[in-house]
Amino acid sequence: MNWSSHLVIAPIVVPLLAGAAMLFVDERRRHLRGFIGIVAIVAVLIASLELLSEAEDATLHVYRLGDWPAPFAIVLVLDRLSALMVVLSGVLALASLVYALARWHRAGVNYHPLFQFLIMGVNGAFLTGDLFNLFVFFEVMLAASYGLVLHGAGITRIKAGMHYIVVNLTASFLFLLGVSLVYAVTGTLNMADLAVRVPQVAPGDRMLLEAGAALLGIAFIIKAGMWPLSLWLPAAYAAAVPPVAAMFAILTKVGVYVILRISLLLFGDGTGASAGFGADWLLYGGMATIVFGMLGVLAAQDTARLAAFAVLISSGTLLAAAGTSRVEVTAGALFYLVSSTLAVSALFLLIELVERGREYGAHILAVTREALMAPDLDEEGIEDEGEVGIPVPATMAMLGISFLGCAVLLAGLPPLSGFVAKFALLSGLLEPAGGAGLSGTAWAFAALVILSGLALIIAMVREGIHALWDDRRVPRVRIIEMAPVAALLLLCVMLTVRAGPVMNYLEAAAQALHEPGKYVGNVLVPARPGAMP
Amino acid sequence: MELVLAIGIGALIGSGVWLLLRPRTFQVIIGLSLISYAVNLFIFGTGRLRAGVPPILEPGTAGHLASHADPLPQALILTAIVIGFATTALFLVVLLAARGLTGSDHVDGQEREPR
Repeated sequence: MNWSSHLVIAPIVVPLLAGAAMLFVDERRRHLRGFIGIVAIVAVLIASLELLSEAEDATLHVYRLGDWPAPFAIVLVLDRLSALMVVLSGVLALASLVYALARWHRAGVNYHPLFQFLIMGVNGAFLTGDLFNLFVFFEVMLAASYGLVLHGAGITRIKAGMHYIVVNLTASFLFLLGVSLVYAVTGTLNMADLAVRVPQVAPGDRMLLEAGAALLGIAFIIKAGMWPLSLWLPAAYAAAVPPVAAMFAILTKVGVYVILRISLLLFGDGTGASAGFGADWLLYGGMATIVFGMLGVLAAQDTARLAAFAVLISSGTLLAAAGTSRVEVTAGALFYLVSSTLAVSALFLLIELVERGREYGAHILAVTREALMAPDLDEEGIEDEGEVGIPVPATMAMLGISFLGCAVLLAGLPPLSGFVAKFALLSGLLEPAGGAGLSGTAWAFAALVILSGLALIIAMVREGIHALWDDRRVPRVRIIEMAPVAALLLLCVMLTVRAGPVMNYLEAAAQALHEPGKYVGNVLVPARPGAMP
Repeated sequence: MELVLAIGIGALIGSGVWLLLRPRTFQVIIGLSLISYAVNLFIFGTGRLRAGVPPILEPGTAGHLASHADPLPQALILTAIVIGFATTALFLVVLLAARGLTGSDHVDGQEREPR
């Protein structure tokens, strides 16, 4: 028996054990809990990096829980995409946890256990190969996120949190209805087995199957934040404490990941009468989400809401890309997913550091003043000639550079990875398949991707001027708060430098997604008698 | 039997959705509970409705859905009940916290301004 074959389940079991162990530690000994958390997350990150390198050698790792043959029991499936997502969640978790240790974990009780359970749910959702097991991990993730969104209490959080909880509970019921309809028609819940059985569904049952798939889809796009099902999202993300909001950046990506996985597995090319089911909805819905996000970014009166709407732009772009269902677009979209998630997460962490130095309500005043074209009443700077030569404190310089990095990444300007991502996405989109002309929707999508970058850069520049230049009070920032932001941005820089190998990996991942035959064959291969998992 | 179950599920979902759209948090939580009952019944229905059929294999017979009830939906319901119960309890806590902090049981934390 080889220990490394059990590595697949480590990203789920380690946070579970760590979270459970923390409950035995007294709440007042936060630093011990934090230490356990850091150790667990580092272990998960190391395990997932190992999984990433294993996934690269093109064999699919199937972990049979209890060693039952595939269609009868739950399997965990590791392929390139799930390995990538697990690594991404590990990176975000480490950054967010280190940041939280500076002060935010003290804002309420049980921050650390909830955080571990959130990671467990997210990783489980990425790794599972079973539809109902996916529901269970979704619920683990959501239950932990309900607790985390309320962390720190306060009226705004309770109000936003209540809407968040009700919307997501309702989505869970839709998920259950969808799962049971799919089960009623096909008689299986294993994703690979479903892919085999969907093309064989009798014409009379097809409508039921599509109704079930549509219900499932609605549950996922509520999670991913497609307009008009995303009205709860900006309030909830902006109200959550910064490290939690940074981690929530990946929750919308869980929805996107599941949509990519299920739609291509069940309704990809060559799946019979239902091929391409729902693709148009994703494309148009995603485009509507980009527009909504753009308007929101331009209208946002504080930076946290701006970041929340940036999350919407990112998931709108990804959903629309999933709706085009073409390999080249998917590969670009995956690059965009990684880059935009890291950038949004860094922005959520950065905002609070920048805002710390400002007077309460200053940002709303600034925006209102700009809107009314009112002259600045206290223009002391004009008389104060001496200000020209004042050196910028190192903290402000770091904050400013990080803010600039986030803006460049989110807007997709060269030279950072945001540009590479959008370039890959657009070149995939504008490359006509089989020499055919480009459709109008493809042009519209391409235009929206570029326009959303413009909207983001306008909004970020405005916020940056107000936040960093308006008043010179230097916020007190600790190194363990600055380091996670810098690390996330440095990762984006590395992503730019190493764009070639990363892109090759992602192209292979997209290729595998679009040709589910291998996935199905590997999962459903009969277990050798007597073989250990 | 099918008709009774279908009408029952429909009535539960209908009242649940109506309550869900009401402004009071207590109505919302009752609505969510009703929907969860309806969903559980619905999952039960996906295993086909037959009376007096055991959910386990008879000794010596080949496994076929004509001779025994489908045990899987029942297992799913069990999971769904547990999860639904936990999330409802959690929502109840949030509801109380919101009532305590805002002094109102409106879902937005404040009454709508009278026109």
